[in-house]
Amino acid sequence: MNFSEVFKLSSLLCKFSPDGKYLSPQEPTQSCLGRIRDAPAPQDFRGFHQEPVSGPVGRHQCVLSVLSSQASCVQYRLVVRDANTLQILQLYTCLDQIQHLEWSADSLFILCALYKRGLVQVWSLEQPEWHCKIDEGSAGLVASSWSPDGRHILNTTEFHLRITVWSLCTKSVSYIKYPKACQQGITFTRDGRYLALAERRDCRDYVSIFVCSDWQLLRHFDTDTQDLAGIEWAPNGCVLAVWDSCLEYKVLLYSLDGRLLSAFCAYEWSLGIKSVAWSPSSQFLAIGSYDGKVRILNHVTWKMITEFEHPATVNNPKIVVYKEAEKSPPLGHLAFPPPRAATGPLTSSESKYEIASMPVSLQTLKPATDRANPRIGVGALAFSPDNYFLATRNDSVPNAVWIWDIRKLRLLAVLEQLCTVRAFQWGPQQPRLAICTGGSKVYLWSPAGCVSVQVPGEGDFQVLSLCWHPSGDSLALLSKDHFCLCFLEMEKGVRMAFGQRGDCT
Amino acid sequence: MGDWMTVTDPESKTLPQYTSETKMSPSSLYSQQVLCSSIPLSKNVHSYFSAFCTEENIEQSISYLDQEQLESSRREMIGLQERDRQLQCKNRNLHQLLKNEKDEVQKLQNIIASRATQYNHDMKRKEREYNKLKERLHQLVMNKKDKKIAMEVLNYVGRADGKRGSWRTGKTEARNEDEMYKILLNDYEYRQKQILMENAELKKVLQQMKKEMISLLSPQKQKPRERADDSTGTVISDVEEDAGELSRESIWDLSCETVREQLTNSIRKQWRILKSHVEKLDNQVSKVHLEGFNDEDVISRQDHEQETEKLELEIQQCKEMIKTQQQLLQQQLATACDDDTTSLLRDCYLLEEKERLKEEWSLFKEQKKNFEKERRSFTEAAIRLGLERKAFEEERASWLKQQFLNMTTFDHQNSENVKLFSAFSGSSDRDTPTLHSRSRQKKPHGVPSGSPVCTSKLTKSLPASPSTSDFCQTRSCASEHSSSINVLNITPEETKPNQVGRECTNQKWSMSSRPGSQEGCYSGCSLAYTSSHVEKDDLP
Repeated sequence: MNFSEVFKLSSLLCKFSPDGKYLSPQEPTQSCLGRIRDAPAPQDFRGFHQEPVSGPVGRHQCVLSVLSSQASCVQYRLVVRDANTLQILQLYTCLDQIQHLEWSADSLFILCALYKRGLVQVWSLEQPEWHCKIDEGSAGLVASSWSPDGRHILNTTEFHLRITVWSLCTKSVSYIKYPKACQQGITFTRDGRYLALAERRDCRDYVSIFVCSDWQLLRHFDTDTQDLAGIEWAPNGCVLAVWDSCLEYKVLLYSLDGRLLSAFCAYEWSLGIKSVAWSPSSQFLAIGSYDGKVRILNHVTWKMITEFEHPATVNNPKIVVYKEAEKSPPLGHLAFPPPRAATGPLTSSESKYEIASMPVSLQTLKPATDRANPRIGVGALAFSPDNYFLATRNDSVPNAVWIWDIRKLRLLAVLEQLCTVRAFQWGPQQPRLAICTGGSKVYLWSPAGCVSVQVPGEGDFQVLSLCWHPSGDSLALLSKDHFCLCFLEMEKGVRMAFGQRGDCT
Repeated sequence: MGDWMTVTDPESKTLPQYTSETKMSPSSLYSQQVLCSSIPLSKNVHSYFSAFCTEENIEQSISYLDQEQLESSRREMIGLQERDRQLQCKNRNLHQLLKNEKDEVQKLQNIIASRATQYNHDMKRKEREYNKLKERLHQLVMNKKDKKIAMEVLNYVGRADGKRGSWRTGKTEARNEDEMYKILLNDYEYRQKQILMENAELKKVLQQMKKEMISLLSPQKQKPRERADDSTGTVISDVEEDAGELSRESIWDLSCETVREQLTNSIRKQWRILKSHVEKLDNQVSKVHLEGFNDEDVISRQDHEQETEKLELEIQQCKEMIKTQQQLLQQQLATACDDDTTSLLRDCYLLEEKERLKEEWSLFKEQKKNFEKERRSFTEAAIRLGLERKAFEEERASWLKQQFLNMTTFDHQNSENVKLFSAFSGSSDRDTPTLHSRSRQKKPHGVPSGSPVCTSKLTKSLPASPSTSDFCQTRSCASEHSSSINVLNITPEETKPNQVGRECTNQKWSMSSRPGSQEGCYSGCSLAYTSSHVEKDDLP
């Protein structure tokens, strides 16, 4: 495992270009995480991986960095780097601070939203001199996104008055009225053909399905929800999942042509759904709820096939519980008072995973039920790209990530961290889960085992968020105002792990 | 009340206890007991208390007891009444509280419900207001020609698919619909294909299962007596017909209901048969367990009995062992004052036993030595006997020679000899064991290899007297007979007889070994000896 230099960054805006997303590049090499499990945490920075990568997969990386050195007039810049060498390819300067960043699906354009100014600026990678600026004027701007074809931009005005669809090909502008302000009100099918939009008219919820090629309304139907909270297409684009707000447990499944396929309600009179995720095969719909359970529906009968509880005590020898443990530094290192210069990497002690012996009781949070948005229930869940695993987080056990085996429909492993789990994301090519907890470490799990890796560098690099390169070979780690890349290329990693011991990480 | 009076123990004054029954003291129990048993026999009981209550003062004592106990019971009663009243009061209070709580809950529920409706109502009102505001805002912001709302673009870019944009017409709408249904159709087709594949797989599995079941069940059909009692035999034939039909590959492609029904029905039938069979087997097993092995094809009764005997023996042995172990343990426990001494003692025991064993061992050794000595003397005696016999034979031979020479014609004598021999062989049947034992006697002399058997026999038989006596007997017999036998035996040897006679002897010898031999090795030994004897016969 190699780490890049640390670069400046603001607003956690760092995105890999999606090109080559649908290519299937490398053969799925078995993760070597298990093998390098006990390797020491990285001590030194070993430079970039200089080997050229075949194909345009994740060719560019778009990074927003603030160049604060120029004091006279504040310039807000967009830096595009090569994702492998991290050399700067382009530099664009926006009119104000960038608050949102998005690559077009074909990786040719980058959208920068400046919400404060109600502005969207678009840049072209191929023609650096080309530019486009969209001003929403007094209507204001709260959200901006690309349409799947990469030639239209959907802007949501303040107060969700309407959605404006701007075309980069023609002068045409389309408006969509009554969009609903909710958790997830816009969803495109994977193939980019259809847009489903949640609407609210006359105190009732509706869903409109548009054809993206010409923004024609295809279907419009009301949903039997009290207060619709989100919608999401199944990856095959034929089924739309609609769920109600947390006050009522209700999931509705609609066909593309607007027919109601099924409705599911697990219980009543209690806080309901907190998170929803489709499996990449469209076979399963996982629903995480405030009762701390994940329910999985199947795509044939749309009935529940299983229920995953998240108990605070794990007592099953088949389940592996990885407990992050601090490696206490040698006592000689400790000086009192600690020298100021050494407050960086020395204070953040290294950690490792230990396999806990059964039974294990996980650290639980006592939720304050008299407050809104209590920290209970399954707040995050994600399927691995191969459909085999499901990772979940129960918010009342904030330090743990549960990993479920979908083939056997049972709990496989639990990772208990020392800190609250901030984010986790599956690698796009292999079942590898990257986890960050806001500390200076990144954690990786694979079926072979898991590893805790210290991010090298001066000062404490607090990993607040992370995102995978589309090839799954590298990982961007984002802190409050810096980012760095973590290269995982396995063949090399293995070679190094066996050749030069200790250097590999 | 009068009965009570008679039974109560005047000393313990158990009446209050009895009436209250809350405290059960031994005395109260006693009184109850007495009461129960003595109500009909109050007179008997009466006599027990004659010391207190005699014929004369009965009136007095009754009135005395009456007063005292009346008082105490009254007090008790008052106390109890008071308590009862208090409890009732408490109960009433609790009831009241419960009712209040229930009312409270109801009230709260009502409040919640009304609040919820109020909230929903307010939300709707707010949302309507909000919508109105939005509408107004929309009008204000959007309708006013906002110059600012615009897109500045250097030049328009081409579409991602390279096509030109098309106008929106009714045609495009229809096309969109078509496309949507196409997508849905594709999805359904894909799913149908998957389901078909899955179905085919499942059918295959079912077919295989069926086949296996049939093959599993068909051997039973061959046993008519098992199958005759129920109707399953016909079912099987049905099933087999079905199987013949269904085994054709093409049938799998037919997903129509008839095939499905056939398959499921046949499987169900098979399953039923299998189930009944398994149940039958279960019953058999349980029957066997209950009644023992009266079924021939399971395990024969003899075997079972043998087995049980063996097991019983084993159990007996085990029991004995346990007993001895227990004894040992008890001994140990009995002597176990402290660990050191016990270990010492154990050592002592071991030593003692060792000593005893050693003694026994030496005794055995001595005995063995004695036996060995005896054996040697026996063998020596046998050798001597053999030598004597030889000398005697030689003597006899010379004597016979002389006799023969004295005879008139050689030929006549020869035929007579044969006759004589045959006569002897017929009569000598009862003598064969003796002959045999005699052969043993001769062994050390003749064949050294035979001697160990002999000696072993000797040593073995020595402690047990009967065989020894037998042996002695046979020895004496042999010595008795030896003369007569030797006459005949030696004859051919000495006179160079014809083949017939010798064969006859040979036969006789081998035959003789059979009745006498009870052990295999013994007979083998004797046979070996006979052959060697025969060989020896040839030698001179």
